[in-house]
Amino acid sequence: MLLITCPWCGPRDETEYHYGGQAHVPHPETPADLTDEQWAAYVFYRDNPKGPFAERWMHGTGCRRWFNVLRDTATHEVLTTYRLDEPRPGGTR
Amino acid sequence: MTARPLPEHPDFLWRNPEPRSSYDVVIVGAGGHGLATAYYLAENHGITDVAVLEKGWLAGGNMARNTTIIRSNYLWDESAAIYEHALKLWERLPEELDYDFLFSQRGVLNLAHTLQDVREGMRRANANRLNGVDAEWLEPDQVAKVCPILNVSPRTRHPVLGATFQPRAGIAKHDHVAWALARRADHLGVDLIQGCEVTGFLKDGDRVVGVDTNRGRIHAGRVGLAAAGHSSVLAERAGVRLPVQSHPLQALVSELHEPVHPTVVMSNHVHVYVSQAHKGELVMGAGVDSYNGYGQRGSFHVIERQMAAAVELFPVFARAHVLRTWGGIVDVTPDASPIIGRTPVEGLYVNCGWGTGGFKATPAAGWTFAHTIATGEPHPLNAPFALERFTTGALIDEHGAAAVAH
Repeated sequence: MLLITCPWCGPRDETEYHYGGQAHVPHPETPADLTDEQWAAYVFYRDNPKGPFAERWMHGTGCRRWFNVLRDTATHEVLTTYRLDEPRPGGTR
Repeated sequence: MTARPLPEHPDFLWRNPEPRSSYDVVIVGAGGHGLATAYYLAENHGITDVAVLEKGWLAGGNMARNTTIIRSNYLWDESAAIYEHALKLWERLPEELDYDFLFSQRGVLNLAHTLQDVREGMRRANANRLNGVDAEWLEPDQVAKVCPILNVSPRTRHPVLGATFQPRAGIAKHDHVAWALARRADHLGVDLIQGCEVTGFLKDGDRVVGVDTNRGRIHAGRVGLAAAGHSSVLAERAGVRLPVQSHPLQALVSELHEPVHPTVVMSNHVHVYVSQAHKGELVMGAGVDSYNGYGQRGSFHVIERQMAAAVELFPVFARAHVLRTWGGIVDVTPDASPIIGRTPVEGLYVNCGWGTGGFKATPAAGWTFAHTIATGEPHPLNAPFALERFTTGALIDEHGAAAVAH
């Protein structure tokens, strides 16, 4: 069971949250101009690192707001959490 | 007092050779799929200058962690074809490999708990029959005849409204499957090299020409990746991006019980699948943990939910105990179907993305991957499962369609 700190509500059990996959994946600015390869990359390809990973979570049984979590996928350690309008801490990708 | 001398160690089933500096084919990953690929490269294609490199120990990853269910009742034509090919290979492998790995065709029930489940189940059973897969639709009273300990009362939270049944489905002893394939591949000349981690890839332009490992550089004419949960980590070292996400998948066993459970029961809706192993332990699995993870463990609430579902379906399990839980890492694709084929790097092939369902496919994965590596072209069975489908859009969408508990 992960313990995740919602930026608004504080530390809560994982069961209160919903997982949203990789963070910082912007919608293409001009979707109509994308090649099939570029569109596939946007729709189907996500990073899958073993180590620190910036990902989205939603506090479903709390404030129902989305936020970002930097978590180590090898140790499952939650490194930090931050709001959607904040950049990824530490400058790492 | 004199101690009795220890008995001689039984014969090893395979050699443990030092890696040579060069092979025709290098397979990365000595799980079931890697071993089956090596076996069929030798058996079907006469390619025996092969090494299987394993960073840990042979069959110590998902091959040691799955719930051993074998079935072929998938919805879509492409899936039914490859999984049914696997099932037919399972039926002849014990004799072919001269190794009884206790393949037991005790059938699988896929339960329906909602009207939508009923419609999907009937549709899938009909699709299966059109594809030559044995499948039938059972009403609740027929389900109770197949599995008497299953609670088919209409008064439960998720009543059993019926089920699909595939009589030829079953279970096998996973470790022995790996050892049987390893022994035969070794006899045919394949080098199985444990404790050998691939740390990088050698390239000549766009072509792979070998691998760097913690035991030195190994040149190779062709390289096949069969690394399951670590596929994207490995492929990234070769400059290839894969559309997979790695998740923890947990399973557990109870203590040993007398035989009470005659078949395999899966429920997509309440998310549990249950069989009883030959020794007597109840073997249960659930869906994946939602988050990405490489830790080979998951969260306990997933197991609690799985137990709640199991006890409602099988009231007789209420006094059983969880003996052991564990997790593996499964690589899940966007359409819940595997990727078997070429990569943008010439000479580099990938077999990955089997998600939660790789064990049952072991022989067919090996059969088609070996064909692809040997000929440079996909076998008709794995052609639809190429990496390119995520660009063309020709997905094989088995999410929820095939009684897959993803």
